[in-house]
Amino acid sequence: MSTGAHRGTHPPLIELMLARLREFVREPEALFWMFLFPIVLSVAMAIAFPSGAGQAVRVGVIAGPHTDALRKTLAGSKDIVVRELSPDDQMRALRNGDVHVIVTGGNPPTYRFDPTREESKLAQLVVDDVLKRAAGRTEPWQAHEDLIQVPGSRYVDWLIPGIISLGIMNNGLWSIGFMTVQARLRKLLKRLAASPMQKRDFLMAPIIARLAFLGPEVAVPLVFGWFAFSMPIRGGIVSIAIVSIVGALMWGAVGMLMGSRARTFEAASGLMNLISVPMWVLSGVFFSSSNFPDVVQPFIQALPLTALIDAMRGVILEGSTLVSIWHELAIMAAWTVVPFAVALKIFRWR
Amino acid sequence: MELAVRCQNLQKRYGDVVAVDGLSFEVRRGECYGLLGPNGAGKTTTIEILEGLLAPDGGDVEVLGRRWKTDEQELRQRLGVQLQETQFTDKLTVEETIRLFRSFYHRGKTIDELLGLVELEGKRGSWVVKLSGGQKQRLSIACALAGDPDLLFLDEPTTGLDPQSRRQLWNVLTRFRESGGTVLLTTHYMDEAQTLCDRVAIVDHGHVIAEDTPKALIASLGAPKVVVHEGTLEDVFMSLTGRHLREA
Ligand SMILES: Nc1ncnc2c1ncn2[C@@H]1O[C@H](COP(=O)(O)OP(=O)(O)O)[C@@H](O)[C@H]1O
Ligand SMILES: [Mg+2]
Repeated sequence: MSTGAHRGTHPPLIELMLARLREFVREPEALFWMFLFPIVLSVAMAIAFPSGAGQAVRVGVIAGPHTDALRKTLAGSKDIVVRELSPDDQMRALRNGDVHVIVTGGNPPTYRFDPTREESKLAQLVVDDVLKRAAGRTEPWQAHEDLIQVPGSRYVDWLIPGIISLGIMNNGLWSIGFMTVQARLRKLLKRLAASPMQKRDFLMAPIIARLAFLGPEVAVPLVFGWFAFSMPIRGGIVSIAIVSIVGALMWGAVGMLMGSRARTFEAASGLMNLISVPMWVLSGVFFSSSNFPDVVQPFIQALPLTALIDAMRGVILEGSTLVSIWHELAIMAAWTVVPFAVALKIFRWR
Repeated sequence: MELAVRCQNLQKRYGDVVAVDGLSFEVRRGECYGLLGPNGAGKTTTIEILEGLLAPDGGDVEVLGRRWKTDEQELRQRLGVQLQETQFTDKLTVEETIRLFRSFYHRGKTIDELLGLVELEGKRGSWVVKLSGGQKQRLSIACALAGDPDLLFLDEPTTGLDPQSRRQLWNVLTRFRESGGTVLLTTHYMDEAQTLCDRVAIVDHGHVIAEDTPKALIASLGAPKVVVHEGTLEDVFMSLTGRHLREA
């Protein structure tokens, strides 16, 4: 058995990884997008969900002389922003979320809103409270309000581990899937298949090489969240690192599977969208997946992105130990081994 | 004599297209053997079957006395392959690309020796994307030679190259031959076959229509045509098929 030193090169797996890394860092755009995505998303979230007081409810009032009093009453509350609407505009304004509820009439008023929208139901209660008080309702008591904000329980805290997980998914899927298709289009795969290279090495190399960028990829949004929103980081760095590594290996393997047969970029991206976009919705990146009915929960819990996000939220927000998230880690391990084995089996070398 | 390649009654079809239709020939150890034929004759299909990249629909293949089914790993270590249309990674350097391929082989030359062999020492640090067509082709040969192969497969190694680059590449092949290597190449240039090959098989429509040394093939034309100019393999192809090699 000859050694690396004998050949004057590193072992094939290392050489393949080096080739992959060199190719990647010589493509500055790829690096740029890799780090830009989580930052842009985090900043957008920071603007959309300011960490100050709760948002005012937006109430639509149809313009006209007889609504003056109503408008004044509503505008007197600090929790309400009044928008004047023309009668033609009201449905569009409700649909777009420009206003949460529309108030018409005087005594009693009519509230027009969509009860399936949480913010509209809330707005209706706020408006009703203000109008009843203005109409002379006597309060049984004036409760003391003890307003607190617990870092870690806010929406933005909940969101950032999801965004980190999403970044790991996107970078793994797209970079590995596309690299594979590109090598196939350039007939480089066929040339490699004609050499004594171990096929397993070729499939493993980019998946492992990806870990080189994982540190900054996870740290950037994490530090951003900690710095800009005082997001708590309750778990140990080691736990966070291990969850990230397991997640990155998993998405690398899935990306390799997506690229294993595609002959065009279009075919590969169609496939990757097909599997990733539903997970953006189902796996609870932006809103909790507990909103979905119980019957689909076992399916949702078995999804790779759900497992990664749950594990990531666990270690970051709750300080979970690796033992306590073994279930998620096991799901991710399965989503690594099975797609890799299938990719190796069905891989198209020409 | 020991054979480097033996293929018998090879068959390969793509749907309705019969790409290789009962093709047979033998390559001896140490010789340079050429498959000469027009585009679409089935040369690439044949050579890829011999390289173990395609499975034939029928026929029998032996390479270096081994079979693909049972000895793939050993064969891959002992063969050098240059494919018709490989594009190496743009943003790796010449040296990095050769190093990658060298790492796959148990035995073989050093990186410096390989760079010298294909006269790319001056380009060792250049990105592949910056190379000329001839330099890319020589890089491809360097990768094919990385494992010190006993048998080298070349599919149209000089197509699209300028005369000087072709000559440079021929020199590389001549050096490989002198060190005892066997070459099987395809080409549609008759001068290339005449210059490089000990024996040539003329392939058309997926089978061999003539096989001999270039000299004997040209001699077989008989007197009349040779009077006007010195006979070429082009004339041989014409007299066999009634078509020109390059327009076919
Ligand atoms: N992958 C393929 N699918 C369908 N037809 C093919 C394929 N590869 C080659 N052919 C056809 O097989 C015939 C032989 O092709 P090829 O072996 O590439 O010839 P050559 O290398 O001599 O130009 C041609 O008619 C070609 O169109
Ligand atoms: Mg061809």
